[in-house]
Amino acid sequence: MSILVDGSTRVLVQGLTGSQGRFHGLRNRAYGTSVVAGVTPGKGGTDVEGIPVFDTVAEAVAATGAEASLVFVPARGAAAAVIEAGEAGIALVVCITEGIPLHDEARAFHHLARNCGGTRLLGPNCPGVISPGKANLGITPGEIALPGGPVGVVSRSGTLTYQALHELTRNGIGQTTCVGIGGDPVPGTGFIDCLRLFQADPETRAVIMIGEIGGADEEAAAAFIAAEMDKPVVAYVAGVTAPPGRRMGHAGAIVSGGKGGAAAKIEALEAAGATVVLDPTELGSRMAAVLKL
Amino acid sequence: MDLLEHAGKRVLASHGVLVPIGHLAVDVDQAVAAGDAIGYPVVVKAQVPVGGRGKAGGIKVANDAEEVAAGAGAVLGMSIKGHLVRSVWVEEALTAAREIYFSFTFDRAAKLHLGMLSARGGIDIEQVAVEFPEAIHRFHVNPLERFSEEAAIAAVAAAGITGDAAEPVAGLLVKLYDAYVAEDAELMEVNPLAVVADGRVVAMDAKVILDDNAAWRHPGWEEWRDIEGLDPRERSAREKGLTYVGLDGSVGIIGNGAGLVMSTLDVVAQAGGRAANFLDVGGGAAADVITAALDVVNADPAVRAIFVNIFGGITRGEEVAKGIVEALGRVDLRSPIVVRLDGTNAEEGRAILASHESDRLISRPTMLEAARTAVEMARA
Repeated sequence: MSILVDGSTRVLVQGLTGSQGRFHGLRNRAYGTSVVAGVTPGKGGTDVEGIPVFDTVAEAVAATGAEASLVFVPARGAAAAVIEAGEAGIALVVCITEGIPLHDEARAFHHLARNCGGTRLLGPNCPGVISPGKANLGITPGEIALPGGPVGVVSRSGTLTYQALHELTRNGIGQTTCVGIGGDPVPGTGFIDCLRLFQADPETRAVIMIGEIGGADEEAAAAFIAAEMDKPVVAYVAGVTAPPGRRMGHAGAIVSGGKGGAAAKIEALEAAGATVVLDPTELGSRMAAVLKL
Repeated sequence: MDLLEHAGKRVLASHGVLVPIGHLAVDVDQAVAAGDAIGYPVVVKAQVPVGGRGKAGGIKVANDAEEVAAGAGAVLGMSIKGHLVRSVWVEEALTAAREIYFSFTFDRAAKLHLGMLSARGGIDIEQVAVEFPEAIHRFHVNPLERFSEEAAIAAVAAAGITGDAAEPVAGLLVKLYDAYVAEDAELMEVNPLAVVADGRVVAMDAKVILDDNAAWRHPGWEEWRDIEGLDPRERSAREKGLTYVGLDGSVGIIGNGAGLVMSTLDVVAQAGGRAANFLDVGGGAAADVITAALDVVNADPAVRAIFVNIFGGITRGEEVAKGIVEALGRVDLRSPIVVRLDGTNAEEGRAILASHESDRLISRPTMLEAARTAVEMARA
């Protein structure tokens, strides 16, 4: 099994007629993803290499039964596109777009939470989700993933996600699903959401988790791992030597209380029983050891 | 974008927040003219985008023109936490009967806007937060909602701000929240918010950080962009559209993706070296972007070796290799380059690099080996 998406997931692409949407939408279809529609206001009735384009998400859903949406709409319109997908009843909205203004992103998140209870948002500013051999929604290069499980991957960083897939594949370890949750201030789906899904997925036997400095999400994930997970977790946290981030006035110091550094995150993950590597290229070999392969 | 105090105060004033009367000055004559126009006493304040200016000697009180000249003369040109003072803000000196701390920012953990209010504002607010956390009242505002007058009155009461000041402070909080939202701010902080002798509530300082992602809907922001104050390496990188942060080591770093670049810094430290910078070329970089990145890193005199660490996702290995080879031919590179290339089209990229391999261009198969080589070369 996989989490979030599989071969039967019917996907529409918002922004399919733009350069990014077209390039990745077609790549995702070539991977085997069931890409059933595109949405671009004003371009309804046209098509992109046989994929019908609609003016609105609601029309696309009515005509094709799409249940997931992949958003490549430029930053100025992306928050509105996410809301439109939620209001049309889309179950999973994957927003790849980066550079969305903070306030727009926060409003879109809360709009979905308040008015579109059945919609899950992944991203924004994320590489998307791939269930190898079944479906790829996003910009992950499909060829570096290996179908068949048994490892689930969840990551805040794009490139390091690819690195993790590559290392697993090189060690002959397949993946059930790889989820890039993105590094924006208001991620729709977090570490804990994905860890919970992986814990419940019978084909996932272990999880790779990739964190970064900043915030306290890794610490919260560690608490979840300790309390709710019996599957092994191999983790990496980027930024051990990174310079302190931009100072957000006194407010930043008061809120963080000096936390958010890599050392505290690594300590929390180790205390929760996770195996932490210090070099991301060791993720594959260490996972092989954990799985006793 | 971090606004300097004078720009932050103009933003607040445009939303109806009371700020002291003041003028910007870039030399002593302008400062004296400002003091004469405002009337004495005045305060001369260094305009740099960091806190702790008072403790660093960047704020002077002046009772007459002579003192303004002396104060401005001392402050202009000084360096505060690495920032050269290029201008001073001269403003009327007001005596605060009480100092309040106030800020709005976004709380990532709660995914809500966070207001913080304390009756114990002033220069020691961070100390107060550590020693007396209960002295700072925190409250959340849902981004879908307005911050109402009633909520503001409740917050002011919860923070222990009582008496005649309570009502005007509450009114100001509502204005500040509206400003925070309307201006696409990531932070709006006033410390202190002063209640002055005649009962007025005045923002004595302003720390405003605007969200660069929203710059397209605020054309007025351009005039506040303080690129003069940037590290020259950072300015040159920004002009080329690269994400760059200057550090103090000797290994120049170029990578794709913030996570991978951070990870590269870590691996260089593991190998016993220190990074000279953080440079992210982003996703899908073509050859010319790699060349531009090498240009920026090469211009840093502290760099003794350059480590290019690329994992190809959208970025393609042969494009990276072409960019490096092109830079070798075009730019007078002072330092050897160590490359670790993996991912999409890495084989093609490595083949291109292999045909140009020399003691100035070295490929290594893993991140750690490449880091070790780069650190050795930086020491040589």
